[in-house]
Amino acid sequence: MTLTNLPIGENAKVVSVNGNNRITKRLMEMGVVPGVSVRVIKSAPFGDPLEICVRGYHLAMRKSEADTIQVQSLKSKIQS
Amino acid sequence: MNSKIITATEKQATANGRQSVKASIVIALAGNPNAGKTTLFNALTGLRQKVANYPGVTVERKEGVWRLNGSEKTARLIDLPGLYSLDATSLDEQIARDVLTGKLLDLPKPNVIVAVVDATNLERNLYLVTQLLEYKIPVVIALTMIDVAEKQSLEIDTKKLSKLLQIPVVEVKATQKLGIDELAAKVLETAYNKSVLDGNSFFDRNSADDLDFIRLSLQDDGEVNKKIFARYNFISDVYQESVKPKQTNERSFSEKIDRVLTHKFFGLLILVAILLFIFQTIFSWANLPMDLLEKGFGALGDFVRANLSEGILTDLLVDGVIAGVGGVVVFLPQILLLFLFLSILEDTGYMARAAFLLDKLMSRVGLHGKAFVPLLSSFACAIPGIMATRTIESPKDRLATIMIAPFMSCSARLPVYTLMIGTFFAGQTVFGFLSLGAVLILAMYALGIVVAVAVAWILKRTLLKSPPPPFVMELPPYRLPNVQNVLLNMFNNGWQFLKRAGTVILAISIILWALTAFPRSTDLETPSQAISQNQIAPGSQEPAVVGSTEENCGCSLEDAKKIEEEKQGLALRNSYAGQLGHLIEPVIAPLGFDWKIGVALIASFAAREVLVSTLSIIYNVGKDSNEESEGLIDAVRNAKKDDGSPAWTPLTALTLMVFFVLAIQCMSTVAVVRRETNSWSWTIFMVFYMTALAYAAAFLTYQVGKLLGFG
Repeated sequence: MTLTNLPIGENAKVVSVNGNNRITKRLMEMGVVPGVSVRVIKSAPFGDPLEICVRGYHLAMRKSEADTIQVQSLKSKIQS
Repeated sequence: MNSKIITATEKQATANGRQSVKASIVIALAGNPNAGKTTLFNALTGLRQKVANYPGVTVERKEGVWRLNGSEKTARLIDLPGLYSLDATSLDEQIARDVLTGKLLDLPKPNVIVAVVDATNLERNLYLVTQLLEYKIPVVIALTMIDVAEKQSLEIDTKKLSKLLQIPVVEVKATQKLGIDELAAKVLETAYNKSVLDGNSFFDRNSADDLDFIRLSLQDDGEVNKKIFARYNFISDVYQESVKPKQTNERSFSEKIDRVLTHKFFGLLILVAILLFIFQTIFSWANLPMDLLEKGFGALGDFVRANLSEGILTDLLVDGVIAGVGGVVVFLPQILLLFLFLSILEDTGYMARAAFLLDKLMSRVGLHGKAFVPLLSSFACAIPGIMATRTIESPKDRLATIMIAPFMSCSARLPVYTLMIGTFFAGQTVFGFLSLGAVLILAMYALGIVVAVAVAWILKRTLLKSPPPPFVMELPPYRLPNVQNVLLNMFNNGWQFLKRAGTVILAISIILWALTAFPRSTDLETPSQAISQNQIAPGSQEPAVVGSTEENCGCSLEDAKKIEEEKQGLALRNSYAGQLGHLIEPVIAPLGFDWKIGVALIASFAAREVLVSTLSIIYNVGKDSNEESEGLIDAVRNAKKDDGSPAWTPLTALTLMVFFVLAIQCMSTVAVVRRETNSWSWTIFMVFYMTALAYAAAFLTYQVGKLLGFG
């Protein structure tokens, strides 16, 4: 599942950040690295960008960027 | 007295920098955006700071003098741009690297780095610190926002943090000047610390066993991302050991505010309301000081004219220098107010929310969400709008925004629209109830926006081609703005506007004045004008003298005024500007303009509203008329071309309005674009493409209009 598909308010763990470009690097520099836990707070009025919470601060990114982030929902992990 | 101290210390600092590095140390202040870096910089330097640009780029360079307490030493404190990383992917990061590696000519390599670290956002802030540690410069951490962190029940063990990172950590509270002395002491202590200089980089220093993992990762060379991963793993370890975890699940204060401010529906509504409030305030609040400034410069001109003997020099001083520079300084209140609001929006954290709300709309054109505010500001005036593009990080996106900002119909176009509509479209309605004038003004605003969107779209696909700007942006926690930061930011921007734009504008003012004033037309005087010359002698401003001249020659002061104005009109016709008007007549004839309108067009390249006063001079209406005065409206209606046909038709008026929407007739804007882009070629490109577009659109309007039987 990518970060885009993560239901709002649900906690998840980042599995991988895919791609090897400037944006991937920027995302990782901002602390979105494998293993870190994230939560989607909301999406902007026109559905894009998304606001997420990572390492205790708020980060906005477009869906196209969130699509490169593979996450594993912590909720589903408990359920399964 | 204060200013003396500033210049003295600044001079001392620069002298020290040049001559002996021993006497003064150089300190670089680095930190994430929103970490409290600016507040600390202002607290350390007070007013002993100066703002400039790094050579060749538009990145702001802030430098100040920090008097390290208790010692004779002063330090040059370099405020680096706000950074998340030092990998040189952005211009800011490149500049910061150049400073830290001592690549800049006038700046020695820093002796110490003070890293500003936000305690409430420790992990991400420490990422930059892990990079700073690689520059073989001693680093001292200034830990800010401790009080906020405590409120969030975050307990940070500063000593442990210092031990783990192997660098000093000082808690500071810049607004209350707490911890500043200790910071100074630590900085001096570490400045020449040999062990750090030899101690090498982050990865060497942490050669302990628990970092073997990092080494393994790094063997996979070329993979920068793994390096980032490794750094964050190190940080996570440090964090876990030195910080007691805060309670999760509790939503932050900012998140609560954001439930309203970035709400899908109310968020946009509130954004519109805030922006309306700001522009309304800029217009209404700035009116009074702008009027005062205008009157002040007018009075200064009168005073100079009254006290100096008549002659070219006086004319140059009054009509060229004072009128030209005055015409620009008049914008200062608007600029100060806009920057007041912009810094409040930025400092509170709302600016990021505005970009968040509008990014989807802006990205359709290929622009960043942050481009919205500068574009909106440009409806008031393109100058502060263009200056406000500094918040856009990507140079190409910033350039694209600057290139389209002048298409927004600014307040200076309104007098022109008003004159044209008042003359030709007054009292007419569309569909029986809509005022044609209002519809036309709205259409002009819409035309500007449509063309701007189209140009941005094209630029972003051609000259400024770049991938869609990444929108990975922090939404910083809401905070109360710091009064000192806001005021300093406002005054620094105002001062830069005056200083830099002022020099270019002064030069252009003088050139334009010369064009309209030469050749001197003394030999053209008719006998009646010779009489008027006597009547309008400097002394005639006193009522007694006016009375006596009326008695003597039996003609009223109004007649004398008319003659004087006629003379001015004649002088203009024979001036170089008048000759230029004739010269460009073949070019502007397809737009329906005669040479007189040509003169007004040339003059209006100084500033759009000059069209109104120039037309008044050409049609001998008198300089004091404004866009609503009956005299000018009648004169425009009755004006004849040289062949006797009417000079103006409703179609000509519409064509002129279209031209004014798209042409860059504002030397202040050109000067600011030159400064902000730091490139003459982009500035010249802008002047050319906008003028070409304006010409093409005006040509189309007039020719199609004529084909359809108008005009």
